Amino acid sequence: MQGCKEDSVNPIAGSVDVGSGDIGVLNYAYALEQLEAAFYIKVASAFYGGATAAEISILTDIRDHEVTHRDFFKAAIGTAAIPSLEVNFSSIDFTNRASVLNTAKAFEDLGVSAYNGAGYLLQSATYLELAGKIVSVEARHAAAIRDLLNPRSADFAGNDVVNAAGLDVQRLPSAVLAIAKTYLTTTVTANSLP
Amino acid sequence: MNLENIYTKINEAFNKKNVSRRSALDGVAKLGFGALTAAIPLAIASNLTGKAFAKGTGLGNTSSATIIEILNFALTLEYLESKFYQQGLLAAGLIPGGDRTVFNQISLHESAHVIGLIGAVQALGGTPVAQPTFDFTANGAFLDVFTNYNTFLTLSQAFEDTGVRAYKGQAGGLISNDAILTVALQIHSVEARHACEVRRIRGEKGWISGTNSGGAPASIYVREDNYIQGGVDVRTITTVGATPITEAFDETLTMAEVNAIADPFIV
Repeated sequence: MQGCKEDSVNPIAGSVDVGSGDIGVLNYAYALEQLEAAFYIKVASAFYGGATAAEISILTDIRDHEVTHRDFFKAAIGTAAIPSLEVNFSSIDFTNRASVLNTAKAFEDLGVSAYNGAGYLLQSATYLELAGKIVSVEARHAAAIRDLLNPRSADFAGNDVVNAAGLDVQRLPSAVLAIAKTYLTTTVTANSLP
Repeated sequence: MNLENIYTKINEAFNKKNVSRRSALDGVAKLGFGALTAAIPLAIASNLTGKAFAKGTGLGNTSSATIIEILNFALTLEYLESKFYQQGLLAAGLIPGGDRTVFNQISLHESAHVIGLIGAVQALGGTPVAQPTFDFTANGAFLDVFTNYNTFLTLSQAFEDTGVRAYKGQAGGLISNDAILTVALQIHSVEARHACEVRRIRGEKGWISGTNSGGAPASIYVREDNYIQGGVDVRTITTVGATPITEAFDETLTMAEVNAIADPFIV
């Protein structure tokens, strides 16, 4: 961790590859958790106008969970961890409820699909279990955000993310990073992952 | 954990209860097997042939036997959930009109999981476990499960949170089979979405805070107050408070723990 200390203070704006093998998958998860944590930190620093107590409570909880995930990955990966990433939230209107909640929904669904699609890449059962402990929390987030947007509808596990076989979305790292890059100034690649 | 021993015990328990093959087929027929069987098992089977077999985890080896055991374990839980929601949706006056869309959606998913898992077991050359007979009153402990919405919701939360932890606990056992593991993960996150929604309908947080059971059996929430992840005491590496740390990680349950939770509901 000490080797990365300088990087974490000064996020890089260039390019970073997550690496290969299990460490590559963990760094990939760490990149996504950095993105989510940065988003919710900004959301919770000044809530959009008209945010209800329930919305503030949920978004604050999610911020705490994502920061926990981010900090956990950084510690667990240690010196092999990628540096802190520079985010680009210029497309998000943080004063607007629909903009914030729809972005949150997109991030949570993306996170679920990322863990679901990368689990098989892990060789270590310990890491797989850890990923499993986190992905179900991301899925809970996705359902809660979706319910805020469209209460008591089928959207919490909507047909846009759960198919007719009752299976949630899964995406390979390349597909996930292609979506995530809109929100990242740092170019993140996973050249050794599918 | 010795899966084979545990599974033998499950089989013995089922045999004692004289669960017949016919009851499983009846159950499957009620789930719409005829309509869905053509499409869904194919979707999963195509995954199977595409990756698992290519990786050399095909029929006949030890790995496949263990995987079939895990899938049958999951199938039993999905039988329980799907039957629970079918009965709940049929119980007149139980689910308020405003919440029926939610439970219809959950019910559709659980039924699809049953059918998909049956297809997956068969695709691996195994025999799908028969559907048990369920007693959702748990021998009288929840007598008003289908007349009192609060009781129904409590058990719904109990089954969904158990399902999340059960799948998570078996992920390691599926690591040798990429396709099956991925399907299991895809079911796992759907159960988590369900759990969140039901918890929020109850007025609970969508995530599990410490070992707070919200009135559901406490055995479902053991170890949810864990702070040690991958050998790291998470409290020491983040400024986030202890309660949200426990919420940020869902924990596993072992097969034996899940069976002990489910057993009172199986006749």
